[in-house]
Amino acid sequence: MGFLDYFKRSSQSAAVAKDRLQIIVARERTVKGAPDYLPQLQQELLQVIAKYELIDLGQVTVNVDKSGGCEVLELNVVLSANAKPKPPADPVAPVVAPASP
Amino acid sequence: MSKIVVVTSGKGGVGKTTTSANIATGIALTGKKTIAIDFDVGLRNLDLIMGVERRVIYDLVNVIKGEAKLQQAIIRDKHIENLYMLPASQTRDKDALDPEGIARVLEDLKQMGFEYIICDSPAGIEKGAQMAMYFADEAIVVTNPEVSSVRDSDRVLGLLAAKTSRAEQGGDPIKTHLLLTRYSPAQVARGEMLSVGDVLEILGIPFLGVIPESKAVLQASNKGAPVILDELTEVAQAYRDVVYRFLGEERPHRFIEQEKRGFLKRIFG
Repeated sequence: MGFLDYFKRSSQSAAVAKDRLQIIVARERTVKGAPDYLPQLQQELLQVIAKYELIDLGQVTVNVDKSGGCEVLELNVVLSANAKPKPPADPVAPVVAPASP
Repeated sequence: MSKIVVVTSGKGGVGKTTTSANIATGIALTGKKTIAIDFDVGLRNLDLIMGVERRVIYDLVNVIKGEAKLQQAIIRDKHIENLYMLPASQTRDKDALDPEGIARVLEDLKQMGFEYIICDSPAGIEKGAQMAMYFADEAIVVTNPEVSSVRDSDRVLGLLAAKTSRAEQGGDPIKTHLLLTRYSPAQVARGEMLSVGDVLEILGIPFLGVIPESKAVLQASNKGAPVILDELTEVAQAYRDVVYRFLGEERPHRFIEQEKRGFLKRIFG
């Protein structure tokens, strides 16, 4: 580092690296060790809920958390703003989840 | 009492083999009978870094397959007492490693009185890496202060906690140690490199030390003599500190902060 470096603004890219790492590492830790059937479970649960409620497919998360000795399956569904109960669907009709508004 | 130590990282090129050679050499220098095993089947290099490449006749896979006796495959270092190495095969692939075979080799090494068995893992998280860590008691996770290396180390820590003998048998978890290599205090001071604190905050495992970035490492590998023997260099001192800390001694951390520079040097660089 010489004379001219004193006039350069330091880029502080290490701070950016740290932020990015914290986010990606936290995300990968939640995925790690999760059972393989999780995506399919998510889809099927969605289909059941979509029978009764209008839901936004993007607003659903399924997580498996380990706390203490037990695993907790967490299902987070955000209902659409204008959600109102749908009339009970015909049980034999194929269920199609509504697209996000 | 023998200890099996895996040197691992996930990412390649961060200094696993250099660290394996130097830690094995450093422990042997304290008088403990030590062997370094190369698990990188197909891409062996530990022999080259330790300077014994011309003495390799049999290898780990030969021993596992029963084609050679363990004693025939082990190479004894000519300069350092108590230091031995077991090379990897250059012609087979990683499928030649099986847990039963490795367990037998490790058990025989314990019977032969080796106190420290250092397993140099291949890069990646595939079979070779998993075999290297499977029977480990302790793990040295070699990480560079750089995003991809830190992320890969986190993945490896997950594997150490799940896919090892200790994890599967429900024993005490593998003791993990973070070794930060190719560290440049000057770049950290300028905010251009992740600091020790940053990496520790993300990975959250006990800290073994830093190895500063140095030209001496390349010179040592050119010569085939582990850099820890080049006592005047900072890297050698850093590795010696790391060895003592690993063996349980307290040593103050060095080479983390940028050295103070004189006024003229600061001005003219």
